[in-house]
Amino acid sequence: MAIPELVIPDLEINRRLTVLPMQEYYTSGHRTCQGCESALVMRYMAKIAGPRTLVTGTTGCMYVANTSYNSTPWALPWAHTQLGSAGSSAIGTAAALKVLMRKGKIPDERINVIAFCSDGGGGDMGLATLSAALQDTRYNLLILLYDNESYANTDIQASGMTPWGAVTSFTPSGTEQRITQHRWKKNVPALLMAGHPTGRYFANASSGFGMDLMDKVRIALDVGGPTFVQTHDPCPKGWDFDPRMSHELAILAVECGITVLWDCLEGELRYQGLTKQQVEGKVRRKPVADYLRRQGRFAHFTDEDVDFFQSRIDEMWEDWILPGVLRVNQTPFGRLPVDGSSPRQAGHAGAAVASGNGNGSGGAQIEAVGGNRA
Amino acid sequence: MTTTQETAPAPEREEIITGCDAVAQALRLLDVDVLAGYPIRPYDSVMTAVSKMIADGQMDAEFIVAESEHSQFEIGKHASLVGARAFIGSSGVGWMYGMEALVVTASLRLPVVALVGNRALDDPGAFGVEHNDAMMVRDTGWLLYWVESAQEALDTTLLAYRVAEDKRVMLPCALSMDGAFLTHSQHMVRVPVADTVSAFVPPYELGDRRFHPDNPVSIAPQFNEDWVMEARRQSDAGMRRARAVIAEATADFHRVFGRGPADPFVDSYRMEDAEYVLMGMGTVGMVGKVAVDRMRAAGKKVGFLRVKWFRPFPQPELRALLRGVKGVGVVDRDYSFGSNSHGGVLYTEVAAALYPEPRRPVLVPFIAGLGGREVSVDNLLEMEETVERATADGVADLTCQWIGVRGPDSDPRDVAATAEGGVR
Repeated sequence: MAIPELVIPDLEINRRLTVLPMQEYYTSGHRTCQGCESALVMRYMAKIAGPRTLVTGTTGCMYVANTSYNSTPWALPWAHTQLGSAGSSAIGTAAALKVLMRKGKIPDERINVIAFCSDGGGGDMGLATLSAALQDTRYNLLILLYDNESYANTDIQASGMTPWGAVTSFTPSGTEQRITQHRWKKNVPALLMAGHPTGRYFANASSGFGMDLMDKVRIALDVGGPTFVQTHDPCPKGWDFDPRMSHELAILAVECGITVLWDCLEGELRYQGLTKQQVEGKVRRKPVADYLRRQGRFAHFTDEDVDFFQSRIDEMWEDWILPGVLRVNQTPFGRLPVDGSSPRQAGHAGAAVASGNGNGSGGAQIEAVGGNRA
Repeated sequence: MTTTQETAPAPEREEIITGCDAVAQALRLLDVDVLAGYPIRPYDSVMTAVSKMIADGQMDAEFIVAESEHSQFEIGKHASLVGARAFIGSSGVGWMYGMEALVVTASLRLPVVALVGNRALDDPGAFGVEHNDAMMVRDTGWLLYWVESAQEALDTTLLAYRVAEDKRVMLPCALSMDGAFLTHSQHMVRVPVADTVSAFVPPYELGDRRFHPDNPVSIAPQFNEDWVMEARRQSDAGMRRARAVIAEATADFHRVFGRGPADPFVDSYRMEDAEYVLMGMGTVGMVGKVAVDRMRAAGKKVGFLRVKWFRPFPQPELRALLRGVKGVGVVDRDYSFGSNSHGGVLYTEVAAALYPEPRRPVLVPFIAGLGGREVSVDNLLEMEETVERATADGVADLTCQWIGVRGPDSDPRDVAATAEGGVR
C-alpha cells in the first residue's frame, strides 16, 4: 500500500522553512514517557522528510519505547538496527536502493534514507559507523543523533555525552565521592564535521526549536550526500524534572549557551536563532545555574561545581576558535579569537579570526576546518 | 550411492582457480547487488577478486569497504532488507567481532550469503584453519555448509542463494572453506555461464517485507514474551523445511547443469560394505579418501563420510549410512572444551544423531589439524586403527584422542584429567 503523495514546498536550500505539511508520519502508538522530547524530534523528522523516506533506528528509547509489536507509530517504513549500527544501516539501505535503481529492479526516484541513533548508540558504540557513513559520498543519507544525554531506556546510565557531574545509575553521588561522572560531554557534531571534509552538511539542533530542527533535517536531505544532524532532547526520567518543563529546559539550554544552534553547509559555519543573537552580542547568555538547578541529576552540585560548569561554558564561548563549536584556541596565526575580544561583540567566527590575524590566512584556516565549499 | 539422471551438460569453461576465486565467479554469475568487505585472512581473497571484477566492469554491484565486521554484516543485512542480493564474509575472530549482526541477520530471516574462510581464533594469533569460527552461529538460524573443493565452492554458492532465498526457508547461509588449504589452493573448476545460473537461481524477492516507501512496514519491533517464542518457532520451521528445499535444489542442479553431487547432504566414499568409517568436514575429506583407498587396497573394509550441510544436520543420512557399521572415528577440526567425552562439535552432533538407533556403532572422537596443522594420510590410518582396537575391545566411552599433537595426553598437573586417561 502506497502512502498518498504529499507535496512539500520546494524551498531553496538557503531559505528558511515557513510552510509545514499537515501530515504526520510519526503518529500515535508509541509508549514514550510523558514529556519525552526525543519522541517530538522523531515527529519533526518524519514530518519534514515526507512519505518517500526509509528510516532505520538503533536500539534505545526510540526503539524500545516507540515500537511495541502491533502498535508502531511509524507511518513511514521503519526498521530496527543494532545499537552500534546507525551508519552501517544507512549505508546498506542507500547502497541497495542505488544499485536496484541502476539495474532497473525498482523505479528510479529520490528516496530519503535516515538512520537515527542515540547519544549512546551514535556517540559511543556506533561512532565508527557514523564516521564510515560520512565518508561515503556515493550515497545520500542522513544520520540523526537524538541526544538525551544517557542510556535512558536501560535505566539511565552515563554515556559519553552525559554532562559532567550528572548523576546516573552508573555515576551516582556518594558519601565519599560527590562527583563520579568525570567526563566532559563529547562534542560529536563538531568531531564529525572536523574529521569528514567531504560531508556536505552538519548541524546541531534542539528539540526546543522545532522549526529550526525541521529546517536542518530538510537541508540535510535536500543537499544530498552523507549528512549529520544532532538534536538536544531533555529527558524527564533521566534528568529528573517535571515532564511539563521539557520544552522549557531545551530552550533554557540554548539560552545558557550549553546547547549551541549551528550548522555547517558545504564548509560554511552558521549560527541560528538565539545562538546567533548571542554570537552577535544582542542577547546575553543566562547563567548555567538556571539550567542546572532545575534538574535532579545536578541536585548534589555545590556552588563550586556550578561555577566550574559555568567556567567551562564560558571558555567554550570566549576561547574557542569557533565559539561553542570547536575547541582550538592557539594556532600558528596566534591566539584566536584575539584576547579581550568576546565573540559576543564579533560579527561571526570568521570575522573574529580575520581580525585576530590581520590577514586572510586565518580565514583560510577556518575554511580548511569547516570543509571544502564547492 | 544414489545418482540422479544426468542431462546434456550445460555450457561451461574450465579454469584453474582458488576456492576464493571460485566463489567470486559464482557471485558474478549470480549478479549479486551489494557486497561488503573488511580485511582478515584468508577469506578476504574473495573480496579482492570481486572488487577487481567490479572495477573492470565485469560485474555491476555496490562494493562497500566497511570499517569493521559488525558494520560489514549490518550493511549486508540492511541491503538484503531493501531487496538487494547481498554477500559478506569473514574469518576467525573477524566473524566473532560481527556476531551480533550475524545473529540478527538470521532472526530477521534475511537470506544473506557469507563465506567463512575458516581460521583459528585468537589468542595466540594463527592464520590456519579451525572450524570453531563458523560453528559459533550453528544455533542461531544460519544454514551452514562445509566445502571440500573449489568446484564445490562455486556450485554451493549457487545452491546457497537458491536455498536461502526460497520462500519456504528465508535464512542466511554461511559457506565454510578451510583456510589456506582451500581458500588459496588452485583447482580445475568448471565455470558455468550466467544464463544457466539465472535459470537455476530465480530473482530474489522479499515480498511483503521489502523495505521501500511503497510498503510502509515496521521491521523488527519490540516483541518481548508476547511473541518471541512464536518468532523463534518460525525460524525453526524454516530450518526444518530447508531439508526438502536443499534436496529439491540439488536435484534441479543436476537438471540445469548436467552434473552435481549424488547426495545433497553428505559425501560418502566407498561406504557400501564398510565396517569402519572415518568422518570429517572440509578438506580432510580429500586426505580421508586417499587413506580409504590405501586401506581398501590392504583389504580393510573402510569408508569415509564427509558431512556437507552442518545446518540442517544430516541426521537421517547418518543414521542410514552408519547402520550396521562396527566403529566410527569422528575427526573434528575444532574443539568444544568440556563437552561430552571432551570431543569436538561434530562428534557430539554425530553421537546425538545416532542416539535413536537401536544398535549404535562404537564412536571414537578425534581432534586433529587445529590451527592449520596438516592432517596426513598416516594420521587417518592411525585413527582407523584406534577405532578398530576400541571396537574389538568393546570400549564404547573413549575420551577424545588428540592426533598429531606434541606432549602428553593431558596436563600432568591436572590429576582429574590424568585419572580419566584414554587409550593411546
